[in-house]
Parts: sequence; C-alpha cells; structure tokens
Amino acid sequence: MKLLRELFFPLVAVLAAFVLGGIFVWLIGDNPFETYRLLIGSAFSWPDGIGYTLFYATPLIFTGLAVAVAFRCGLLNIGAEGQLYVAAFATAWVGIKFGGTVVDVFGTPVNYSWMTLPGVVLVPLAILTAIFVGAAWGAIPGILKARFGSHEVINTIMLNFIAIALVSYFTQYHFKQAGDPILQTVPIGAGVHLPRLGSFVPGLPTRIPLNLAFLFALLACVLVYIFLWRTKWGYAIRATGANPTAAEYGGISTGKQIVLAMAVSGGLAGMVGINEVLGYRYRYYDGFSAGYGFTGIAVALLGRNHPLGVLLSALLFGMLIRGGIFVDAFSGKVSKDLVEVLQAIVILFVACEALFRGSFGKFGLLKRSKV
Amino acid sequence: MSEIFTIALIFSTIRTATPLLLAALGGLYSERAGVINIALEGLMLAGAFTAAAVTHYAGSPWVGLVAGIGAGVAVAAIHAVACIRFNADQVVSGTAINILMTGVPAMLSGALFLSSGSTPQIPKDNLIPWTPVVLALLLVFVTWYVLYRTPFGLRLRAVGENPEAADAAGVNVNRIRYSGVLLSGALAAIGGAYLSIGQSSLFTRNMTSGRGFIALAALILGKWRPVQTMLACLLFGLTEAISIQMQGVFKPYGEEIPVQFIIVVPYVLTIIVLAGFIGLSRAPRALGVPYQKER
Repeated sequence: MKLLRELFFPLVAVLAAFVLGGIFVWLIGDNPFETYRLLIGSAFSWPDGIGYTLFYATPLIFTGLAVAVAFRCGLLNIGAEGQLYVAAFATAWVGIKFGGTVVDVFGTPVNYSWMTLPGVVLVPLAILTAIFVGAAWGAIPGILKARFGSHEVINTIMLNFIAIALVSYFTQYHFKQAGDPILQTVPIGAGVHLPRLGSFVPGLPTRIPLNLAFLFALLACVLVYIFLWRTKWGYAIRATGANPTAAEYGGISTGKQIVLAMAVSGGLAGMVGINEVLGYRYRYYDGFSAGYGFTGIAVALLGRNHPLGVLLSALLFGMLIRGGIFVDAFSGKVSKDLVEVLQAIVILFVACEALFRGSFGKFGLLKRSKV
Repeated sequence: MSEIFTIALIFSTIRTATPLLLAALGGLYSERAGVINIALEGLMLAGAFTAAAVTHYAGSPWVGLVAGIGAGVAVAAIHAVACIRFNADQVVSGTAINILMTGVPAMLSGALFLSSGSTPQIPKDNLIPWTPVVLALLLVFVTWYVLYRTPFGLRLRAVGENPEAADAAGVNVNRIRYSGVLLSGALAAIGGAYLSIGQSSLFTRNMTSGRGFIALAALILGKWRPVQTMLACLLFGLTEAISIQMQGVFKPYGEEIPVQFIIVVPYVLTIIVLAGFIGLSRAPRALGVPYQKER
C-alpha cells in the first residue's frame, strides 16, 4: 500500500507531462499519438530498442543516484555534470598511462604509456580512479559549505564551468593527438576496455554499446540503498537532511555529513566515466555529456530520491532518449527536443507537489497544503 | 601586455557584459525579494528566441524586443507560481525552466523554420546593436534608485530580508515577490534578445551558453547590489572579451597562456568571494524560503 502511494504521485506527474507535451505537439501541428508511438514504441524492440534504452539509462542511474544521495542530506548537487567530466577524464588518463600500446587515429600503433599493467589490476584501478576523482571534485563544494557556509548550488555551478575548462585544457594541450581534428584524447589501452554485454547475452550484438557499467549501475542502486538505510553513516546523512538542528543536538556532526554526502554523490556521478570511457568510446571525448548531470536531477526527483525509484525513472528517461532519435527521424515537425520538454514538465510537476498533495476528493486541487 | 588593452577590447568588454548585466539586474529583483533565480539562463533563452522569431516575422526589432520581454515574463510567471504559490524548491523549479527553455525554442524553430534549433538570418537593418547596451547601463542607476529610494524598493528588500516583519507592516509579501520574479523575466529576456537581435543576427540553439549562470555569479560577486553587480559583469565581460580576442592564444610574456585559464577566472573568483575571503557576500536572509502567512 505504501509502495502504491509512493508510485502514484510520480505516475501522475509523468502522465501530466505527457498530456501537456501532447498538447504542445498538437499545437506545433503533428499528431501527438503518432509521436508518442514513435517515442515509446521504439524502446521495446529486441535487441536494439532494449539494448540502447539500457545503455542510455546507465549514466542517468549514476547521476540520479548522485543527486538523490545529496538530496537525502538536504543538498542540491547540480554539479554532477562537472564531477562526471573530471572523473571521465581521470579514468581515461589511467587507461592512457597504464594501458600499453594503442592504435591511433591514423592507424599507427603508438605507446603513450609509462608502463603496461595487466587487465586484472588496470580495470579496477581505472574504475576506482573515476569514483575517487568524482568524489574529490564533489567534496569541494561540501567542504566549502561545511567550513564557510557558502551555498552548494552556486559553488557546484561554478565548479561545473571550471571542470569543463580544466579537462578541455588537458585534452587540448596534453592528451590530444597532433592532427586529430576532434577534441578528444588518444585512445586508452585495450586491456582496460569493459566488455560489452553482447559478449555474454545471446541475441545481443556487440555493436550495441551496452556494457558492464550497466551492471555496476544496478549494483550501485543496491549499495546506495544499503548505505543510506542500513549503515550509521547513511543514518547520519538522512538525519542531517531531515533536520540539521535536531541532528546536531543528537550528536551528529552535520558538517562531516555534508562533506561525506557530497563526496559519495560525486563518486556516483564520476561512475558515468566508467560507462562512457571504459565501456563505450575507449577515450575521453570533450563535451560528451548530454546534460546527464542535469537530467539526473529529474531522475532523482521523479524517483523520490530512492534507489529503486531512480532506477525506474532512469529507465523511463533512457527510453525517451532512445525514442527521441526516432521522433527526429520519422515525424514531420516534432524534434527530439520534445524529450527535454517532457523532462522539464516532469520536474516542475514533481517540484509543485503541493499542487496534488492532500487534495483529493475535496476539489481542492489548488488549495495550498501546509508543508 | 599593452597591445591587449585597446579601445576595441573596452568596447568588446562592454558588449559582452551587456547581456550579463541585464540578466544579473533581473536576478537582483527576484533574489532581493527572496526568490532564488537560477532560471536566468532559461529566461534569457526565451527572450532570445522570441525576439529573433518575432523580428523575422514582424520586420521590426522593437516588436521583437517587446515580444521577447513578454515571453520572458510568461516563463518567469511559471517559476513564480511554482515557487510562490506551490512552495516548490526554487532551485529545482529554476533547473526545470532551464531544461524547458533548451527544448521549447528548439522544437518551435523546428516547426516554424524547419531548422534544427535556429531562426532565419535577420537583415542588418533590423538589428538593435547599441540600444540594449545603453539601456543596461541606465538600468543600473534606475535599479539603484528603485531599490534604495522608492517604497517599492524598500518593500522588495524587506520581503527578502524579513517577510514576517514586512507582512506585519501590511506589505503583501507574495505580491511583491511576484513582481520581483516577473521583473527578472523581463530584464533577463532583454539580455537574451540582445544576444539574438543585437550581437548576432539570429537565434541559435543554446546561444546563451551559460550566460545566465554567469550573470547569477556576477550578482553574488556584486553582493546583490546594483553598482557592484555592474562592476562584476564588466569583469566577466573582460575575461570573455580577452578570450574572444585572443582566439585561444594569449601570449602576454611570450609564453602561451591557454584560453581555459582565462575563462575560469570569474568562476574561481566567485567561489572565493562566496567563501568570504574577499569581503562577506551575504545573501538576502529569506532567500529561498517560501513564505507561509500565519493563520
């Protein structure tokens, strides 16, 4: 029953977004039903629809969890975007410096490595690097908030810009192959590539970039649940988020929880780098993120900041991203930007929870509820 | 070093600072009334797209500008209703508006102009390259006057600092807050319109490229005060102007300085100021707190 109640509100928000989005599509001059058939229908075909939906959902699971953990501590981490960029670059750096000989863009074998580590060491090293670098970048606004009281929202926005400039500098000046027209690093060694799920799952071709990082994302959901609800650290974080003053009276150092929550959040965001660099492009590609950090806010909100909810809403948004490509290709006037519009309306409805809460049966849809 | 600081650079600085200044002044009205406005980016986009599209159809930039302002106010109204009427988290609502305004102009331009997110080119005669610049500078002083010398300004500040007291004194807290947010929509939209029908001659996808956030940073760096905010915008404009002028290569002492190092200066500065290292930047006390009238 509790689960039903938890599910009900997000479903209403999604439904409302689809209705409003449909009206918008109709105003533009396309058939909303046809558009939605393209948007949703294309996600269920096997293997392409499901494979790509899960692939697009993977970064959103990570950023959704990242935002959710911070939310549970009463913090809004809109810096997942910056955290995932620095982490993705760092994991690529490990792959370049310890991955051994690679074939460059011109087809020549080159060795950029200091030393070649075996895969058993290198893969965990690259993964941990992504997590720790993301965590370190996320901890900065946490420390600034705990130590100086400066607002994490502004600091994370600023750190996003700094992160993007920083990695773009390193890519352009130190890790780009001379003559490569694209702003990207040299490739990472083959030993650090994560296997695509197509190598294990019968019927799933390996051309679909769905890789081991998706399983890490599922694992991360479980671990975040255990962390938040089954450990004393998680308890302290939630207590701080629920009522910092009470938590402080209860003997919890709220400053430490803020830093911890932001570090965990950053680490989760950083795991996007695992999917992107180790599992998909096999190099760092400048500006790869299609706003995953910001979509993560929608994912977390819609998922009620709970790992299970995050998983479900990441799948929904993954499906929409996949479907958006078909809308672009096959519909007359509507473009894939419809996905962003739907996303935004979902966030708005979830944010305006008071619009729905405690108002059924009383015709009180617009009655203000007491928070 | 001397050949860098030319008259051209000064003009370029003022031109790049103008959209920032307009948006930042808009943000000032909203935030001084106690409503966080990270939607500035989206509001600018609404203004930029509408101004360019309407100028294309109407053939007059003034009609375009007015339409752009209307769009900015309309989008700001969504933020205002969400934050003030429904107590939505102000940062979350702002984020939603930013995402909404990357999508809506792109969809509309796809439908209207069959493009992937840009409007048609506007003839040179139909651009307003200097009016918004002058307007922005004038608005700094208007804002200063309104804020510190008029009853509205007093109420605006009171509502942002201590809404309970303002309410007790008979001020309609929510009405003042609505005015603040809607004004921010109007001003940010002018800033956006300047980008599309002033600096360039069409709307392109995401053409604000983070300027709304930079305006917000300038507002904080300027400690939520009009004149200081203008100075912060000029500083941010200067760094942008230098990075444009240098085309990625900046060699003050023979050694090349990557453009990225210049770009990050304002962001690092904002973090330092926010942490209280260079004077205290104190936000309006009730910033981000929805006001619930006691019954």
